Amino acid sequence: MTKRFNTGYKITVIILSILVAMLIGAVILIAIGADVLKTYLVILTEPLKNKIGITEVLLRMIPLTIVALGITVAYRSGIINIGAEGQMAIGILATTAIALLFPNLPSYVLIPFAILAGALGGAFWGFIPGFLKAKLEVSELLSTVMLNYIAAQLYTFFLRGPMLDPAELTMGSGTPQSMRLTRNLDLTRLIPGTRLHSGIFIAIALALLIYLLLWKTSYGFKMRAAGAQERAARYGGINVPKYLIIAMVISGAFAGMAGAIEIAGVHRRAIEGVTSGYGFSGIVVALFGGLHPAGILPAAFFFGLLLYGADMTQRLVGVPANMVQVLQGVIILVIVSSKMILANPYLQQRVETKWLALTKQSRKEVQA
Amino acid sequence: MTFILNFLSLGIPFSVALLIASLGEMFNQRAGIFNLGCEGIMAMGAFLGMLIPYSIGRGADVPGIYNYLGLLVATGVGALLGLFFAMVVVTFRAPQGIAGIGLQMFGVGTAGTLFRHFVGGTQSIPGINRAPIPFLADIPVLGPLFFNHNPLVYVAFFLVPIAWYVLFKTPWGLRVRAVGTHPRAADSIGIQVNKVRFQALALGGALAGLAGAYLSLCQAKMFSDEIIAGRGFIAVALVYFGHWNPVKIMGGALLFSLAQALQLAIQGLGIDFPYEFLVMLPYVLVILVLTLSRKAQHMGPTALGKPFNREMRT
Repeated sequence: MTKRFNTGYKITVIILSILVAMLIGAVILIAIGADVLKTYLVILTEPLKNKIGITEVLLRMIPLTIVALGITVAYRSGIINIGAEGQMAIGILATTAIALLFPNLPSYVLIPFAILAGALGGAFWGFIPGFLKAKLEVSELLSTVMLNYIAAQLYTFFLRGPMLDPAELTMGSGTPQSMRLTRNLDLTRLIPGTRLHSGIFIAIALALLIYLLLWKTSYGFKMRAAGAQERAARYGGINVPKYLIIAMVISGAFAGMAGAIEIAGVHRRAIEGVTSGYGFSGIVVALFGGLHPAGILPAAFFFGLLLYGADMTQRLVGVPANMVQVLQGVIILVIVSSKMILANPYLQQRVETKWLALTKQSRKEVQA
Repeated sequence: MTFILNFLSLGIPFSVALLIASLGEMFNQRAGIFNLGCEGIMAMGAFLGMLIPYSIGRGADVPGIYNYLGLLVATGVGALLGLFFAMVVVTFRAPQGIAGIGLQMFGVGTAGTLFRHFVGGTQSIPGINRAPIPFLADIPVLGPLFFNHNPLVYVAFFLVPIAWYVLFKTPWGLRVRAVGTHPRAADSIGIQVNKVRFQALALGGALAGLAGAYLSLCQAKMFSDEIIAGRGFIAVALVYFGHWNPVKIMGGALLFSLAQALQLAIQGLGIDFPYEFLVMLPYVLVILVLTLSRKAQHMGPTALGKPFNREMRT
């Protein structure tokens, strides 16, 4: 009974959080004179009305899931990774470099190789703040944000310089993008006429992998111990700095992989704006999913819906797509605020007694 | 010589947004709250600062008073956002780092949404122009360096001694430092810890809003989504670098703005160097500075980042 009550209590609090967040979002919507109900209805239902819409939501779910899994590993180990955006960008550069250098490798070699390169690129970009935090006590919050800006500049530099599409140079339009990468890198599209690609299986497999890593291996246990209670972990003989660095490397590798899969599955070339805020949305997904793979998958679907729905509000109700950023920010604020309500045993007990009393009463009424 | 003079007189105004924002962040952190949402408050400030004169003037020249009204509104809304953040991290005791990211996304997103609705595209505004101080501005070398700036530049540098005085010489400043160092001790002598933290966050938010409005009204004379460009985060880093002391923070802000001015000056000289690496410079500098000033972290407010719960045993 208690366990069932616990899950129910948590889900109720999360649903209430969404409602509060939507209420705060409504203030902004009223300020721009939009129809609040219609806007939310468009965001939440419009994408699900046809095949294209659903596959587009699933498409956005892929990078969201992978990034959020990485952020979960870091968060559980006591380090907040806000740098997924930059790690994705470096991962994309690494993948593109591999695809440009070895265009003739067969698919079954090139795809794993290129995704691995993306993971290594992201891992390197995650290692820097991890090392700075573990060895030099530099706040990861600031270093990862700064590395985002640095990665964004590196990204444009490579797209404008060494990786620029030769065709752009001769045609003279100068759009900063790489050439169409070799077809051997393409991930298969699952449903004809849509963009959904096989990366979704990779995302689900990675979710399983993270679950096994964090909850079924001693590595995962040590990382979670370091995150939950640093002093106790150190007293227990866990080398906390080492696990912080490992967690950040894994976190970065996941972001890098997300970038690599975006390139191989969706864009097929490195262009500007591939990361498009996935690094930040990933934080919201991770928190919303309760920092657990089983929660992250549905959370990623929900935020994929939100992201795609927000694209439609511009056209259908004239609400700028930036609105989704407002909602994400508010959702973070509301979720972290609700932690106190969730973690307060006294409050929980009182709600439980009331709930028990209510159910008993209703049972009596039924019997009578 | 003229090159150095140009570069220095260019660098000083650049420091203003950083300086004002980090003075605000200093009050937050001295009270024990780490406000990473500074960037979001600055974005709102920048947007509101330009919206007021723009919507009244529609691009035409408006009486200067409306520019100052813009500054005032930006400051006021900044204070409100600071209070909103206080509710999350002080009342609800949310973890401050992640809550700050939420505030940043909320602020930047709201500014972007409202901007697209009320303004639409890039629009330049007349903004606030520089106000040379009579006589002093005519002094060779020193005049252009120190006395030929935007009014807000003088205000910003005047804020440094004021912030120092408030923090170290007034009872309120003492209370701020007490709740940031040892909230339980402060509580035991009757200081209302959460109330002081609310006040400090309102002040910090107001200054962040003002700093944002400076960017749109005085520096860029327009608003765009990227106008803040990480200055909010740099301001947070500057507080560490400046050891939570207004004077040292001013030094840090000047260091960064001079680095930025140097970057523009190098570009102006036409030296062939990839533009992207120049833009990267301030961000690399932040990481270096944080690495070098790591020992300073132990000099900071000891209760920084820790929510205060009266009902808990320590």
